[in-house]
Amino acid sequence: MSTVILLGPQGPRPNLPQTLAALDIPGPIATVTAGWEERESEDAELDSDAGGATVNLELFRRWVEVLRHDPDYHDAVRRRDAVLQEIQEIYNLRLDHAMQAAYAVAGRGGHPQVHDVELTDSIEAVRTLDTRHFSVTRDVYDEFYERWPPHSRGVVAAHREEVAELIGRCGSLAIAGGHVGVLQACLHMFNVAADLGDRPVVAWSAGAMAISERIVLFHDRSPQGLRHAELFDAGIGLCRGVLPLPDASRRLLLKDRDRMSVLARRFAPLTCVTLDEGCRAVVDPTDGLTLAGALVIAADGRTTRDVAA
Amino acid sequence: MSAATVRSTKLAINRLKEIKDLSAADVDAFLATHSVPIVEGTRCTFLYRGDADSVWLKHRVYGLPDEQRLRQVRGTDLWYVVIDLPEKSRMEYKLDVVHAGHGNFIDDPLNPLHSYNPIGSNSVCHAAGYESPEWAEPDVDSRPGVIETIVVPSRALKRDCLVNVYLPARFRRAASYPLLVVHDGTDYLNYASLGTVLDNLIHRSEMAEVVVAFLSPGDRLREYANSAAHGRFVTHELLPEMERTFPLVTQPAGRCLMGSSFGGVASLATAVRHPKIYGSLLLQSGSFAFTDIGMEHGGGPVFDPVVKFVNSFRDRPRKVADRVFMSCGIYEPLIYPNRSFVPLLQTTGMEVRYVESRDGHNWQSWRDRLREGLTWLFPGPHRMVYE
Repeated sequence: MSTVILLGPQGPRPNLPQTLAALDIPGPIATVTAGWEERESEDAELDSDAGGATVNLELFRRWVEVLRHDPDYHDAVRRRDAVLQEIQEIYNLRLDHAMQAAYAVAGRGGHPQVHDVELTDSIEAVRTLDTRHFSVTRDVYDEFYERWPPHSRGVVAAHREEVAELIGRCGSLAIAGGHVGVLQACLHMFNVAADLGDRPVVAWSAGAMAISERIVLFHDRSPQGLRHAELFDAGIGLCRGVLPLPDASRRLLLKDRDRMSVLARRFAPLTCVTLDEGCRAVVDPTDGLTLAGALVIAADGRTTRDVAA
Repeated sequence: MSAATVRSTKLAINRLKEIKDLSAADVDAFLATHSVPIVEGTRCTFLYRGDADSVWLKHRVYGLPDEQRLRQVRGTDLWYVVIDLPEKSRMEYKLDVVHAGHGNFIDDPLNPLHSYNPIGSNSVCHAAGYESPEWAEPDVDSRPGVIETIVVPSRALKRDCLVNVYLPARFRRAASYPLLVVHDGTDYLNYASLGTVLDNLIHRSEMAEVVVAFLSPGDRLREYANSAAHGRFVTHELLPEMERTFPLVTQPAGRCLMGSSFGGVASLATAVRHPKIYGSLLLQSGSFAFTDIGMEHGGGPVFDPVVKFVNSFRDRPRKVADRVFMSCGIYEPLIYPNRSFVPLLQTTGMEVRYVESRDGHNWQSWRDRLREGLTWLFPGPHRMVYE
């Protein structure tokens, strides 16, 4: 297993350079900027932050190339994604009702014992819905991979080989943010996790989300008002036990204890970790989770530096 | 400072008036230390300094008198009037300075805030709690879209129509874009910063990438008042031309008509005349005047065809799009027709989202509601994007 370092957004004061310097791993750094989509190749700043020794794996370009050169596979992906989108929409519809109930119970006073039992039950209903959604989504993928195993597509296999060769020449991997769905699809299609060995991984924002066990989308300050956090899919699982929440101060109502408590309890045993600009969280296979600026959202809705909260 | 706190303390103008033997220097000092209008909780003090026989505050806030007289502070050339403006209000106004029986409408010389419109400018008062939206200001990080001008020859309108077409910054021929058709497009660009708003909302992933056709009317009050010719132009001439020239989604879900005031009428009327063509409508302060009996609507002859159309639609409401976003200012007389339109549209099975603001019938009011409307009708991938 790799040591994984999760960072917040790399805005005007990026902490990527210090992080990479502190790692002090010999060899070039493989980079993934697929989340930037068609801007994938605009990585000069990243290259400079990384000391000018990066090798961009160009996963987005490869992904587009696969879809262009394999129209049958492309059609199948399109059909699968349409089904997944419908499933996500229906899940969101049901989630809305379940979450409204959980918040209503969380915000209600009364006898503490009764309240705790009812709130736990309401959150359990949401967790059941999440679990079922995850399972239905996975079924769709399983069926797809059975019918369309990626490794059996010539063009995918060729790219996988190239990506593995590039990673083999590098000492570490850096994964940038961007569109988390695209990023996850690219990381998965080119089997990046399988080629890593014990190379350390630095990932920020959507990159951090895509390598976790579960990808949860969230935005409490969307233009249309509050949105419920929604389970999107599995990440590639390089980072265990943590639910990364990038740019949390801007995107989440962190001071709303009821809301944060529901979030933390809903996704337990994963630890909800806020990743604001300048923050860092390290997930080490031996030492577990350590925080530098990042915070944990505790079960009672507080944000804390105590990883055991 | 809360409204309650301010209520319990004296207004700045009253503290000034308490100074004995007020001098010009006192007034100078007062003006140097206050932004005008002076906003203290919900109390807004409007000021004018200079010689005049009388000074009047003129505005179109529906519900308040159209004009309010400023009083002269004894022994000075300073005039003032205090009015109540609820929190988050925004008010456009002018001053009427009267000399020898002749009034002179001017923007408030003490107030640096102005708004602009096709016929000139107004001064603007931001009440407590109003915030000018930052997403309507140019953002150096936002990649600007490109605006191209095309000419669409129109047999329906018997003229060549110039259409400004907005292409998002990352426009690609290989993609397919929804189309937004904007009535009074040039005014939306000039006075409601729609180009900047599109750049920012798209850049921030709050809104999907769209292609936008900005229309400019010829004889506006005729073309936008339920004109069959205008509907034919948009549907049978503009739309095919746009679909030939640009990579567009060719389903109703990908087409939206938008407009304010008479432009709102033109949008709805075009959708009514051509049902199942447009998937969504964005209607701001639509001039949906109607009568329950007779035709005494009080809007003058230009409103006759509008009232006829709205009355007919109210008699036989029908679904003409899937989703409708409506907004209206509560300080404009059109608030009542707009409010009553919402349940009517909902009865047809259309999904309607309606928002109100404490503002009037003006371009900045429409600008301020663009984010809510555009991000609802064209949701962007922002929930998926974490930079």
